[in-house]
Formats: sequence, structure tokens, C-alpha cells
Amino acid sequence: MNIKDLPEESLFTPGHTACAGCAAPAIVRNMMKIFGKDTIVYTPANCLLVFSGTYPHLAWKVPYLHEAFENTGACISGVARAYRRKGRKVLVVGFAGDGGTYDIGIQALSGAAERNEDAIYVCYDNEAYMNTGIQRSGATPYGASTTTTPAGRKIPGKLEHKKDMAEIMRAHEIPYVATLSISHPKDFLEKVKKAKETEGFRYLHVLSPCPTGWRFDPSKTIEMARKAVDSGMWTLYEAEYGEITNIYKPKKKIPVEEYIKGQGRFRHFTPEMIEELQRWVDRKWERLYGEKP
Amino acid sequence: MIQKLPAKKMVITGDYAAAYGALLCDVDVVAAYPITPQTLIVEEFSTFVNDGITDAEFIMVESEHSAMSACIAAQAAGARTFTATSSQGLALMHEMLFVASGLRLPIVMPVVNRTVAAPIGIWCEHNDSMPQRDAGWIQMACEDNQEVLDMIIMAYKIGEHKDVLLPVMPCLDAFILSHTVEPVEAPSSDEVADFIGEYKPHAVLDPDKPMAIGTFTPPEYIQELRYQTHEAMKKAKEVIKNVTKDFASKFGRDYYGLVEEYRCDDAEVVLITVGTVTGTAREVVDKLRQEGKKVGLVKSRFYRPFPAEEVKKIAENVEAIGVYDRAISYGSGGPLFIETRNALYGMDVPVINFLAGLGGRDVVTGDVEKMYEILLENKGKKPAKEIYWIGTRGVSI
Ligand SMILES: Cc1ncc(C[n+]2csc(CCOP(=O)(O)OP(=O)(O)O)c2C)c(N)n1
Ligand code: SF4
Ligand SMILES: [Mg+2]
Repeated sequence: MNIKDLPEESLFTPGHTACAGCAAPAIVRNMMKIFGKDTIVYTPANCLLVFSGTYPHLAWKVPYLHEAFENTGACISGVARAYRRKGRKVLVVGFAGDGGTYDIGIQALSGAAERNEDAIYVCYDNEAYMNTGIQRSGATPYGASTTTTPAGRKIPGKLEHKKDMAEIMRAHEIPYVATLSISHPKDFLEKVKKAKETEGFRYLHVLSPCPTGWRFDPSKTIEMARKAVDSGMWTLYEAEYGEITNIYKPKKKIPVEEYIKGQGRFRHFTPEMIEELQRWVDRKWERLYGEKP
Repeated sequence: MIQKLPAKKMVITGDYAAAYGALLCDVDVVAAYPITPQTLIVEEFSTFVNDGITDAEFIMVESEHSAMSACIAAQAAGARTFTATSSQGLALMHEMLFVASGLRLPIVMPVVNRTVAAPIGIWCEHNDSMPQRDAGWIQMACEDNQEVLDMIIMAYKIGEHKDVLLPVMPCLDAFILSHTVEPVEAPSSDEVADFIGEYKPHAVLDPDKPMAIGTFTPPEYIQELRYQTHEAMKKAKEVIKNVTKDFASKFGRDYYGLVEEYRCDDAEVVLITVGTVTGTAREVVDKLRQEGKKVGLVKSRFYRPFPAEEVKKIAENVEAIGVYDRAISYGSGGPLFIETRNALYGMDVPVINFLAGLGGRDVVTGDVEKMYEILLENKGKKPAKEIYWIGTRGVSI
């Protein structure tokens, strides 16, 4: 599957108000092209809610529901069950941020996954609570400066590493888990298509570079995504029923230093902090590929 | 519904009556999480599903917050939904209660009234449902198990009425009703279907007619929505009166609109009660009447919408009004008392609040007699004291 194979019509239209260079609209627009018009969307509180649907302006051409922040798993369950009861096939998709997934929404997400609800859960991961002003989340990488983990004179940013959410979802042994990146469009589209064609609970996790929160030049969004993959900060794989069935290995692994250098959130990094982040990447690498980098 | 259910007489708990009521109303989606003393409702409904009596979807969610979230989502997708909870569970749902009413979704949720921690307790108190006063839900209190079943049926008819479109919370007292068996007459599923009619949602998530529900809304639009919900809650009073009338003519049991008066005609003092204490108070009224005392009883079935007009009319002809509360707004008084005094603003009649049965303590006939005694003493006077803690260690009356 390639970008040129996608339908012309956009179900997520350009009339939204995301920041320039934001990856989230590109993620949603391309996914929606594959999901198609028989889709019902749920969005919790996040950037996407605000930039895509501030009444009376709407970027969505499909039915769209918002209830609250922490309940995406429960809301997509409710819509999916109502349609199962009607005996009508629709695709139910939730688009949640990392905050709505890793932190406040993990309970409802885990419950829906465990019940194997027939729905797709998408986490667009911009590694902080962007909508409320760049506060740290469980997805924020080690050392990153956010408004609640500022690089201070005593404490230099976030002290903890990023939580491995995709692995938590893999442990639920659901029909499909995939990690995606907009820097790898063919892989991205194939995974979305596979998710659409699978039944039961499906979890898609996309890295979503955010120029405003990460403080990089808005023309460099795709480059950031690519460097995240090439450095091992972000790993692309697919898992079915808990087993990894496909994993992408960068041809040439770049040091994390190369990934972080264009981003203001890491500007205060000392050599020791770079080493600490590199150690985390290497541990993850060994765990996922079964060999030392 | 898969199986048709004949009209029948049963001896059942209040929880069973609630679950059976939902079954009769042919709900499409149920999402619930167990909590004592609501558990039986969830268990009974699971049995209905697993025995193939209904083909409703039952979502065994991982929390009450998710239960309400899933019901809202299913209802927004056009389903008739049902859930039930108590106490801590209701508190956990709090955020979502506003979403249900804000989206004008007529979800029905019995609440089995239980103490809210701390300290943790499982017995009857109304401090779970009453603090949800401003969440935009219709709140009704039941006196017995027959009323529980009947109120679930009426709840759908009231909530789904085009002038109302609000969620409804029928309340029943923990254990006193939830776990106590009583004879209950159930109508047939055909009769109920005929009475409540088909659910015709006003807005649905449907790919053929895409629309956004509940999206981010700036100040230019929200205030009008608040006004409309306020008006709907007020209009619900008329709808309630009509629905209880229709119910009486169809099923032979009359619930007389928003309040039910008992021996109030020539009464000098009346006591307003809520929940199961009403039954106890009825007995006390009979006894005092035999002794020649002119006492009456007002059973307040609705907390929202509050029957202010009805209460005012009753107050015009009496010399003292008592209000029984099983909940407390700390430093202020019982919620029903505050509401009553507000309704009677500008009138001269003394209003006295009685707090009893908190934390699930039994309220016995002697307690209610004490309330009437205090009311009779205060006839036409400016009361020296407004709030009485009945049967409270260390507090003198
Ligand atoms: C219960 C609750 N707590 C807090 C908030 C405030 N809030 C709204 S969006 C948000 C952060 C969203 O972060 P994320 O899910 O990562 O999405 P992003 O905005 O980064 O795209 C927070 C904290 C809320 N709406 N509801
Ligand atoms: S803050 Fe970040 S995620 Fe939010 S709209 Fe702007 S670029 Fe996108
Ligand atoms: Mg985020």
C-alpha cells in the first residue's frame, strides 16, 4: 500500500487549527482515508479535540463523539456494543493522546482490551500533555524539559524514562498491536489497513512529533520522526495475540544525541544525561531485537 | 427482547425489581460495575443475558466511571441503556453524570442509597445521590419494591419524553429494599412496550448522517444549552404528572405525580419524608390520629425536579412543617430541608429539620413520634431550634 493508492476524498478536512508542522493532523487524515466513511470516531480531551472540532467548525466528515478525558476505552466500547446490538457493521475508532492513554486513560483502555471489544484505539504520542501547555506525561522521555519538569538549576528535567505502553498493550494478547511513524508511510498505511481488516481490539501507537512542545523547526517534523526510529528511541513493530510478528530494524542505528540535538526540550542535556538516555535505548533494543546494538 | 414475559406476581428483592424493570423495558445496552448493595442488580441482569431471556449487550466494565461513559456512548449511538450503582461508585461517576444530562441522554440508573466513606459503611444513607443534585438528573425516591419496579418503567417514559430528554435516577434504600423480599406485581413485557413506546433518539452517531456530539464549545453557545436543560427539568414536572396518571389507568397503581399526601386534609402539622421511612411514618400517623392529633404525612418522591409548588400549597394550610433527611450538608442542614425552606421563602410557617438514620441506623416508630411531638410543640411558633438530630449519642433534643 502506498500514498498514491489512497482515495482522494478526505474525511478529515484541512479546516483545522493545529500548529504548523504538527504531525497529528497528518496521522489522522491518512488513517481516516483507510478507515473510510463507515467510521464513528471518539476523541477525549486533547489537542486533536480542540483543533479539529471547536463548535461550530468541524474538520470531521464522520460522526464524532467527545465525553471526557480518561474514558476512551469505555466510550468506544459503548458505541461498538450499540452497533452490534443493531446488527450493523461500523468501524469504531478512538484517537487519544499519550496523556489520555499512558496515564489517566490506562484503566479504561486496559478494560476494553481485556474484553476484546471490537474497536480500534489509536494513541498519537506527542510525549506530553500538549493541550494544557506541555506538562510531563508517562510518555515523556528521560530528561525532557516540560512545564512540570522544567530544566531547573537543581533538577534537570524529567527524572524518569518513558513508559513502554505498546509493550503493556502487547501483554494484553489482543488481536493486533502496531507501532507506527509518519516517517515510514508505506509501513504506516499497511498497518492501518491491517488494523481495519482485523476484528476485536486493535491498538495503534504512532509517534507524533510536536514542534511546539518539543521546540523544533516546524519544517522538520518528518525528520524528527525518522531520527526517532533510526536512533531506536521509537521502534516499529507489529504483534498479534501477544507475539511480535514483524519488527523493523534501522539499517544504521544513529546515536540518540543526533535525535535530540534539534529539539529545545533536550537543550540542557549534559554528556551524562545523553549517556543515560542512550543506555535506555540500548536496553530496549536488546529486549526487542534479542541482541546487543 | 428474545422472550416475551407474561404479567406475574413475584416475591422479590428491590434489586431484583430494578433489574427486572430494565428487562421489561427491553434495554439494548447495559454497562455496570458491582458494588454492595447494588450487586444483585448486576448479577440478576447477567443471568437474564446468559439465560437468553434478553439479547441486550452487557458490558462488564472495569469501573463505574467507565460504566457511565459506555452508557453515554451507547445511548449517543441510539441505544436504550441501563446501569446501576451505589455510594462510592456514584461518586466515581460524578464527572460523567454531567455529560449524560449535558448531551440530553435519557439513561436510567437506579442508585441503591448507601453511606459514602469515610468511615466506610455499606448501609443506607442518602449522601450519595443527594450531592448529585446539580448534575441534571431527575431523582426519584422509592418506598417499596413495587415502587422500584414501577419507577424504572416510568423513568424511561419520563426521561425519553421529547420535552424532557434527561437521565433519571430512581433511588432505593440499601438493604431495607435492595435485599429485602416483598410481593411485587409485574406487568407483561408487551404491556410495558406499549406503555413506554419505542426509543426515538433525537441525535445519533450514524455514518449516514454524520454529526458531532459533545465537541469543544465556546461561550457563545453554552449558556443557551444551560437554559434549555433548566427548562426541561421544569417541564419534567408536568410530564411526571401525566405519566403517573397514564400508569395508574393502565396498571392500576397511582403514584399521584410528584408528592403523595397521607391524611393531610385537616392536618395541623405535616412531616415530609423520603425513602423507606415513609412506611414507618404512615404507621405513626395512624396511631397519632387515633389519639386525636391532627398530623399528616407528605412523601416527597422527587428531589429533582423539586415539587416546590406542591409543598407550598400544603404549607398554606398547616401550622408547622417537618422535613426528614437521611443526608447532611455539613454546617447547613439536610438537603431536603434546605430545598423545602427555599420553596417556602416568604411564608410564615415554621420549618424544622429532623436528621435520623445516618450511616444506616434504623429509624423506628419512636423516632418518628418524637418528630411529630416536636412539630406539635412548635405549631405556629418561631422555632427555637431548626435542626434536630434524632437518636444521636451526646446530642440532646
Ligand atoms: C479529568 C480531567 N483531568 C484533566 C483534564 C485537563 N486536560 C485536558 S487535555 C489534557 C492533556 C492531554 O494530553 P494528551 O492526552 O497527551 O493529548 P495532547 O493534548 O498532548 O495531544 C489535560 C491534562 C481534563 N480535561 N479532564
Ligand atoms: S501543541 Fe503540538 S500536538 Fe498540539 S497542535 Fe500544536 S504541534 Fe500539534
Ligand atoms: Mg500528548
